This record gives sequence, structure tokens and C-alpha cells, in this order.
Amino acid sequence: MLPRFWRKIKYRYDLVGSYCENCGRSFYPPRNVCPNCRRKSNIREIRFGDCGKVISYSVVHDSENTRMRKPYIVAMIKLDDGPVITSQLVCSPDEVQTGMRVRKVFRKYGEEGESGIIYYGTKFVPADSE
Amino acid sequence: MRRVAIIGVGQSHFGELWDLSFRDIFLSAGVEALEDSGLEGKEIEAMFVGNMSSGRYLAQEHIAALIADYAGLAELNVPATRVEGADASGGLALRQAFMAVASGMHDIVIAAGVEKVTDVGSDAAMDILSSSADREWEWFVGANLPSLYAMMARMHMEKFGTGSEDLAGISIKNHRNATLNPKAQFRREISMDVALNSPFVAEPLRLFDCSPISDGAAAVILADETTAKEYTDKLVYLAACSQASDYLSLQNRTDPITMSAVVQASKIAYRQANVSPDEIDIAEIHDSFTIAELIAYEDLGFVEKGKGKEMVREGRTEISGELPVNTSGGLKACGHAIGATGIRQAVEIALQLRGDAGKRQVEAEKGLALNIGGTGATAVVSIFEVA
Ligand SMILES: [Zn+2]
Repeated sequence: MLPRFWRKIKYRYDLVGSYCENCGRSFYPPRNVCPNCRRKSNIREIRFGDCGKVISYSVVHDSENTRMRKPYIVAMIKLDDGPVITSQLVCSPDEVQTGMRVRKVFRKYGEEGESGIIYYGTKFVPADSE
Repeated sequence: MRRVAIIGVGQSHFGELWDLSFRDIFLSAGVEALEDSGLEGKEIEAMFVGNMSSGRYLAQEHIAALIADYAGLAELNVPATRVEGADASGGLALRQAFMAVASGMHDIVIAAGVEKVTDVGSDAAMDILSSSADREWEWFVGANLPSLYAMMARMHMEKFGTGSEDLAGISIKNHRNATLNPKAQFRREISMDVALNSPFVAEPLRLFDCSPISDGAAAVILADETTAKEYTDKLVYLAACSQASDYLSLQNRTDPITMSAVVQASKIAYRQANVSPDEIDIAEIHDSFTIAELIAYEDLGFVEKGKGKEMVREGRTEISGELPVNTSGGLKACGHAIGATGIRQAVEIALQLRGDAGKRQVEAEKGLALNIGGTGATAVVSIFEVA
């Protein structure tokens, strides 16, 4: 996973995605071809704002992903000025609900068992939290 | 295009087949299909094999040749091709075989599906199945396959009032059907109480909303109509076998609770077979998670968007209902042998239309099978009919 991870680190640490100058649609994760314009795509990078709202979520109790301590919360978040992103929420499972406003933070995504490599990336917290 | 018929079907048992190897499993399905068809073996002109991940499950690639070899076809040099579309791999194999026969390229073709998963542990097995989602942008953040379907389920519940009991109802139905299928993995009934009190896997989905990951294999033999009539007088036609794709990641779809690939593949299949959804008598639907079966009721056009729950509440998809769904037990209770599933569904519909489904037999002339890859980035819809 490591080289794949490092190649995209800019997009993981910050909410950097793609914007199509031809049709005005934006994408996360970044892509080189706009599915709306295809050959007429005119893609540039864009940095999205930090805030959005939860459109769905799941409290995960059982997962094969050994990097994650359970339970953890995954969510689909519609960015205020961008597309939907799949990420994790850092809050209590009792606190989360659909429609909740959230804000981007920089957090650890666990470490690889034997190699000890630590992964970081974007997570979200409730917008009104510290 | 030529009319395509099914002249033989076979399937292994499904489940944790500890004492059987990959080779044993696919041979049990293949031999049963050959015996069912009355073919000697040398008549087979080509083979397509659906398999998701033998490389990771068994560290064995090149399995199409391996299977042809151990099926006794090596000296006949039969062309054998593996196709992959996550847990829709079997559906893809069926479609390749369908096109090969319909086009006139080949007269007799075998479509098979196989997966041997229990040589790795259960976490590894789910990890491999979860690689049907986007490894870098979904799985990396912990969004494995159950949690992605869980997010679909929550959206459907909050938008349309679908309840946990509706999802459990699908699981209960499929378990009940499996008690009638000697090849099924879980041949026992479960109660609403047991389903709703099973542990959460990914909220709101519980253990009984999730299919197992199973060992198993299935095979169907296809022939053009003229050739088929030399072998059987109980012809089941494969009237259409359509495929569509969609965004790999759930996050990129305009509406995460409509599977556009299912909508599109079914539209093409209905048109090609010249049938409408209300003419379908029986269906095998990809219930890797209960919510998938419920959403499919809608996306296949059996009921309006948002009303899938009514199909459950009114018992319309029970084995005694107007549209029995997953008489085999489905992925939930017959078992989900990933790459085999799409072919196993075809076997079940063919048995039902021929009148060979034993205790679970229903009255049916037209059947449909839906095989889905991952969260819906691949869908294959097949329509079967007698006469
Ligand atoms: Zn564009």
C-alpha cells in the first residue's frame, strides 16, 4: 500500500480534487477525465473548503481492516463547495446523525503492523467542536 | 443473433468445504453439468470461467487453463478464458458464453464460476471481497464492503421509511428457502427475533443482513437452439444477458441508493427478451447484503423507487408469492461463492423453469437473474424463458 499511498499524499492530507473548466463539475478523489465532457475535459486542481454535512454514515463494529480500532464511524460527506467524500468521523457514535455539519481535520489512520508505518489523512469532526 | 439455450446445469455444495480443494469443487459442478446435458465432453468448443481472486485466495492464477486441464479438456485444446468483475464474475462468464453462441462463433460453450475462499482466514476473505470497492479512497478510510452497503441502507431508511424488520424479512425468507435446497450452506430457519438481535456488523446492518463468503462452483452449458434440440426436449432459453457498469465508488454516484448499472442492464435485457418486469415469474437477486435485494426490487422495475419494503411486507417475494425471489436461499443462505454466484443463479432459474427444483419448485415460465459486483459498479441481468 505504501507507494500507492505516498503518490496521493497531497490529496489525502488536504481536500484537493479536480475541477472541469469545461462544465464546472468538481471531483474527489482527483481524476484526469471528466465523465461529463470526456475528450473535451479541461481538468485543473482545486482545493475544497473544510466544511460539509453528513449524508450517510455507519458505525462499524466488525471490520477486516486491522489498522482500525473498532468501533469507528465511516461517513459520506457532501462538501459545501465540492463533491461527496468518504471519510471517517471523529466523535461519539451517539453524537452522529445525518445532516450533521462537520469540519475537516488531519488525523492518524492507523499503522501497518509489522512495518510500523503510520498513515495519516483527512477525517472530520462535528463543526462546532474545538 | 441465434437463440441460445441451456442444455446442462451443475453446482457443487456451497459453504465451508474444508475437505475439498479448488479442483474438487469445480469438478463436482462441471461433471454434474456434463451428466445433465448428456454430452461426452469433446463437444465443448469453448469455456469461460468467472472467478474473482484465485490469485489472492489461492496464489494460483491461470485458472481457466487449469480448469480445462482437470476437466479432461487439455488434449482437446479447448480455449478457456477467465473473466473477472468482482462478485459479478460469474455473470460476466455467462454473458461471454452467451455472446459466443448467439454470434455463431461457437455451438456449445460452458460457462462456469468458482471460488475457493476458506484456504485463507475470514478476515482475509472479507479483505479480498472488499477490494471490489475502491481500495485507495474507500477501503483506506475503513469503508469496507459491509459499511458501504450500510450507508446505502441508512439512506434508504431515512428517505423512504424502510425498516430493519424489512431487511430482516429478506434474510428470513432466504433462510427459509434454503431449507429446501440440498446444496445450500445454511439450511435452517431464523426468526425475526434472532435476526434483529444479531450483532451489528456495520450499523444499521447486522450479522443476518450479510451473506457469508463461501466455497462453491457452478456450471451451465449453452448451445444454439438447433444443437440444443439434439440433446434435450426441456429447453430453457437464455433470452438476454446484459451488462452495465457505473462509478466504482459509492461517493461518486449521483444517487447512492439507485444502482444505475442495474437499471441500465435490466432495461437492455427486458428489451432484448421482449418482456416487461411484470411478466417475470421468478428471480434470483444478488443479496450480498439484504439492502441490495431490496434496492434491486426497485431498480429492476418490479416496484417504484422507495417501495421495495412493500414487496417484503406483502410477502410478494416469498416462495408462495407472486414473484418468488431467491428460491435457492440466495447469497445469504445458499452461500456466496463470489465468482460462482452469477452462474449458480442461472442454475437455479434453469432448474425452476425445467421443473427440476424439487421441494422448492414454483410455477414459472420466465425468470430473471441479477448478479452485482461490489456496491454496484458492475451488474449483469439475465432473462430466461421456456418456449
Ligand atoms: Zn466536464
